[in-house]
Amino acid sequence: MLEVKNISLSFGAVQALHDISFGVDQGEILAIIGPNGAGKSSMLNVINGFYTPDSGTILFKGVSRAKMEPAEVARAGVARTFQNIALFRGMTTLDNIMTGRNTKMSKNFLWQALHFGPARNEELEHRRKAEEIIDFLEIQAIRKTIVSRLPYGLQKRVELGRALAAEPELLLLDEPMAGMNTEEKEDMCRFILDVNDHFGTTIALIEHDMGVVMDISDRVVVLDYGQKIADGSPSEVRADKHVIDAYLGVSGN
Amino acid sequence: MLYRETGQYKSSYAADQQIFPIAQDRYLFWAFMVFACVVPPLFGNDYLFQVILFPVMCLGLCALGLNILTGYAGQISLGTGGFMAIGAYSFFKITTSFPELNILVVFLLAGLISAIFGVLIGIPSLRIKGFYLAVTTLAAQFFVEWCINRIDWLSDYSPSSTIGAPPRELFGILVMGPDAPSWAKYLLMLGIVFVLTLCAKNLVRGRIGRSWMAIRDMDIAAELIGIRPLATKLSAFAIGSFYIGIGGAMYVMFYLENVDPEAFGIFVTSFPVLFMIMIGGLGSILGSYLGAAFIVLMPVFLRNFFPLLQIDIPSHVIQHVEYMLFGGLIIFFLIVEPAGLARLWQIVKEKLRQWPFPY
Ligand SMILES: Nc1ncnc2c1ncn2[C@@H]1O[C@H](COP(=O)(O)OP(=O)(O)OP(=O)(O)O)[C@@H](O)[C@H]1O
Ligand SMILES: [Mg+2]
Repeated sequence: MLEVKNISLSFGAVQALHDISFGVDQGEILAIIGPNGAGKSSMLNVINGFYTPDSGTILFKGVSRAKMEPAEVARAGVARTFQNIALFRGMTTLDNIMTGRNTKMSKNFLWQALHFGPARNEELEHRRKAEEIIDFLEIQAIRKTIVSRLPYGLQKRVELGRALAAEPELLLLDEPMAGMNTEEKEDMCRFILDVNDHFGTTIALIEHDMGVVMDISDRVVVLDYGQKIADGSPSEVRADKHVIDAYLGVSGN
Repeated sequence: MLYRETGQYKSSYAADQQIFPIAQDRYLFWAFMVFACVVPPLFGNDYLFQVILFPVMCLGLCALGLNILTGYAGQISLGTGGFMAIGAYSFFKITTSFPELNILVVFLLAGLISAIFGVLIGIPSLRIKGFYLAVTTLAAQFFVEWCINRIDWLSDYSPSSTIGAPPRELFGILVMGPDAPSWAKYLLMLGIVFVLTLCAKNLVRGRIGRSWMAIRDMDIAAELIGIRPLATKLSAFAIGSFYIGIGGAMYVMFYLENVDPEAFGIFVTSFPVLFMIMIGGLGSILGSYLGAAFIVLMPVFLRNFFPLLQIDIPSHVIQHVEYMLFGGLIIFFLIVEPAGLARLWQIVKEKLRQWPFPY
């Protein structure tokens, strides 16, 4: 469903991505791994339009684009979470998740000002959808809590909720389990697999925990210094010599 | 024990989405509204209207407009006085040109003109943020002041660009001008303020309000989830300026009744209104009015307080005391409670909820 073709990106002298190509198939879970500074986050930023690549194209659902505004990419069905949590800190959990559905709402501001008829129905309709996500992620108790008051693990979960709220076809997760304890990681893995199962969402995720990567991903792409050094099933990648040299060897797995 | 939500189960999302989900809040609000509609018109004297209620309502509406822009959408503005002037002069110009036009329509038009200017001023906000944006809005403020001073047409060629409130009727009752009874002005203002505040509440709890807050809290993330930054910021400028314009028109037509351009100077409008939302609470509708009430009432209080203690302090000293207190309070709120009076009110309610068992 997503084709990344010959993408290169540099920041001044730093070549963050060098001629990267890979594809993501409908319904799969793809893991992008690599040492720190390998260019993984940059890759996601290119995919959702936040960075414009120096060269190369991106094909999403068969439509090619070189440059596209992030807001347009989001409307086309790509949602993501961030390495450093990027929630709207002054808003409640429920409002954060509802904001994820904003692009799906259309009633103009006059209706909204009256909060009556169509606008009210629309709001309630989306509230119902937001509540489904809240149930799904088991965060009912914190729906009216301001997110800046939540612990880190829950914030990560709310951020996933906000991304899910947009009902994306492609979900990009940047280190969804970073900084979590084992139990929280297990929960998060379960949610990711469930999202993939229930909603058929295609997922591309970045993760450092090799155990997690091997368990949940269908395919793994390995980046190192902006180069793609391997691409294949978890077991293939695990056996790959370059990968062992570049990454697994270093992290002592 | 009185303030409990225990047992108030919501069986539908509609019930949970109301403005006051807790029943006691609802009763309190309606009791307050009934009180506001009945008591001042029956028992209020001109001092109450002129010195307290009128400025609180007009400036409260302006503060609400600025709060939409600054508190909800995070766009700092020092141009409040300019937009108040645009609203007031537009109202004056339209109603003197078309005396038959219903004044509610005129208020609406004055607000719309102010909104259009708001959008123009807001265009740079896509590129510039924070301090620099504030300076841009300041430039707008000076530009408007210059215009109303220099373009005589705006004030119908009156000497020193003064405008006044012409006599106008609504539904056969004289509600504007020097001969209109205070209670009539008051009820009309209360109606306008109530309707506009309700609309603002609806806006901030819906899609548009969420996109404002998203831009305020983290504009990059907002953009990445599909919120268009320019459209969102401009809508905040438009709607905020709409409120400020109407507030400014009311400020002149009902409260001051006769003004020259000086009345819209930055130190008598823009800064006080900014202080209102800082003290009242950024991003709170209630806070806008609490802040307005606070800033209007404090000088009144000080002026009556020292004579009451039989201490003879000349009035210019009181004014200095006022300035010092303002400064001190603003610093206090910035450090101790950036969310302002509205947050204190919330804390009181949270405590009440637990009372008498604090744990
Ligand atoms: N906005 C930027 N400006 C300049 N350099 C950048 C920028 N973003 C990333 N880089 C550089 O690009 C390279 C790749 O960074 P990136 O964040 O994509 O790595 P990563 O694989 O996500 O690393 P990590 O595991 O630490 O998250 C790094 O050398 C980084 O310093
Ligand atoms: Mg990264």
